[in-house]
Amino acid sequence: MIEQAKTTQSGALTATPADQGITRKQPSMWRSASASLVRARWPLLAVICLVTLVIVALFAPQIAPADPNRQHLIQRLQPPLSPNEQGESMYWLGSDGLGRDVLSRLIYGARVSLAVGVAAVAIGGLIGVFLGVVAGYAGGRTDDVIMRLADIQLAFPFILLAIMVLVVLGAGFLNLVIVLAIGQWVTYARIARGETIAQKRKDYIESARAIGVHGSRIVRRGILPNILAPLIVIASFNVAGVILSEAALSFLGLGVPPEVPTWGGMLAESRDQLLGGYWWLAVFPGVAIMITVLSLNILGDWMRDFLDPRLRGR
Amino acid sequence: MTTYLVRRLLQTIVVIFGVTILSFFALHLAGDPTYLYVSERATDEEVAETRAKLGFDKPLHEQYFSYVVGLATLDLGNSLRSRTPAFELVMERMPATLELTIFAILFATLLAIPIGILSATRRGTPLDGGIMLFAMFGQSMPSFWLGIMLILVVGLWLRWLPISGQVPIIQPLLDGDFQTAITNFPDAIRHLILPGITLGVFSLARNARLVRSSMLEVLNQDYVTTAKAKGLARHTVIMRHAFRNSLIPFVTIIGLEFGFLLSGVVVTETVFSWPGVGRLVFNAINQRDIPVVQAAVVMFSLLFVLLNLIVDVVYTRLDPRIRLS
Repeated sequence: MIEQAKTTQSGALTATPADQGITRKQPSMWRSASASLVRARWPLLAVICLVTLVIVALFAPQIAPADPNRQHLIQRLQPPLSPNEQGESMYWLGSDGLGRDVLSRLIYGARVSLAVGVAAVAIGGLIGVFLGVVAGYAGGRTDDVIMRLADIQLAFPFILLAIMVLVVLGAGFLNLVIVLAIGQWVTYARIARGETIAQKRKDYIESARAIGVHGSRIVRRGILPNILAPLIVIASFNVAGVILSEAALSFLGLGVPPEVPTWGGMLAESRDQLLGGYWWLAVFPGVAIMITVLSLNILGDWMRDFLDPRLRGR
Repeated sequence: MTTYLVRRLLQTIVVIFGVTILSFFALHLAGDPTYLYVSERATDEEVAETRAKLGFDKPLHEQYFSYVVGLATLDLGNSLRSRTPAFELVMERMPATLELTIFAILFATLLAIPIGILSATRRGTPLDGGIMLFAMFGQSMPSFWLGIMLILVVGLWLRWLPISGQVPIIQPLLDGDFQTAITNFPDAIRHLILPGITLGVFSLARNARLVRSSMLEVLNQDYVTTAKAKGLARHTVIMRHAFRNSLIPFVTIIGLEFGFLLSGVVVTETVFSWPGVGRLVFNAINQRDIPVVQAAVVMFSLLFVLLNLIVDVVYTRLDPRIRLS
């Protein structure tokens, strides 16, 4: 403790023994994490799926066999594996009601799903962690106000408010991300608050406070690194949840503008063609959403178990 | 107990206040809400006239006050399309939505309990693995996609069940026509199966996992070991000692479940052309019929808040630990 106080006094909270312990432990934790990932197989498969998906989304223009928005009305509703008369390539996964290539639309759709999922969780996570740490660290009235706000938001079905806000503001990428981000913050705020309160009582924080280290510095260097693990687990599940919400909102026509291909939007269009038995329009976008969400959920489950061995097998 | 109830009631009032604030300000997010109520080609005079008629020229707090007064007297404005009160439009369709939601809740809870128990008591077996895999899938697919797949396979290819339409039960009951309600019942269930599964499958998967994990927790407790050790039948130990206590966390989420399902009805009803509030909201979204969307959102939220209050009150009677604290 005395040693801690000394190092902190010299202005280097990073160099406290507690932190050193964490930095020292990190490489071995990463190693054991990757070893456990390989052993567990399913999570490894999930990671492979997600990495592939990210690559596909990033390099969509290079990978997609056709322009996702180019219409060939003569070749509309072609089943999978039918030849493209332009001689370019096949309709691997068929064509839609306007003769657009389903595979290319799927590939471009990955961009929207991943971008919305990651952006909304990142923004919601930042807001939530900030408010949660402030509430937990400050306590008192600040804590009360922030947590009551969280209670109010949790007390009614958020997606309904999202619908209302998007109808007023109009659909669009930014609006969608903001609305979904607002839907996320409460989860992070509650966890960050709980963890902050738990950390605040520990000796190293108290000694740092005692010698007058500024609050924001204590939070940044002392508290945040120690509460990140549970937040990352939640983030994995939340990206999955946001992708499902985005698909639902796109399905309702409240997502990104209609000319941008999205998986939810593709499902909405498939509904009109359902009675004709054009199954490929409905099957592939749904499978794409399911694989993505399933991978994120499996990964989240694994991370939770890895960080808390008591839960293994539950 | 009384203190708890009073506190809970106060909380509910705060939340209802929050709901009104949010739904009111959502309208003002895009600036002057008048433009949501007039057509795009409206002249400046028409805009000004509408603004004055709807009171959007008054200060915000006055507008909010008259909004709350309107809410209290169940006046949520008129639909921009049909010119009928939005509240009436929502209430007309509420019975169909309630039928669907109740069916989905029954599906998601009644089935989750045996599945979860089975999975927990056969922990580690292929059966357990299969159930958990199913649960993982159930939580990972968009429900409306499952709906589309069910329409495609069960409705169009196998032709086992109807893919759209609704046969009313609650409405005839409300009208006092018990005969119709009873004769409608079998056909109503046939129409409910596909949309009900679609709406409830996510909850079913989540609940099954929840029952399983809370069963596992309880099965490891000393009193269960004691019960086994004193030679009670396996069935008795599971049902009387373990299951009853594992239900506690489960009951808490039933109220939340309802709200979750209510937010799912918009997509589900759209997929199955179910004539409920969800489909009304979908159409209103497409026609930018703001008062109807607002009325539906507010009614759903209030319903959800009140139901949670009821669940919590019932819950205190079930679990003595809450009553005492």
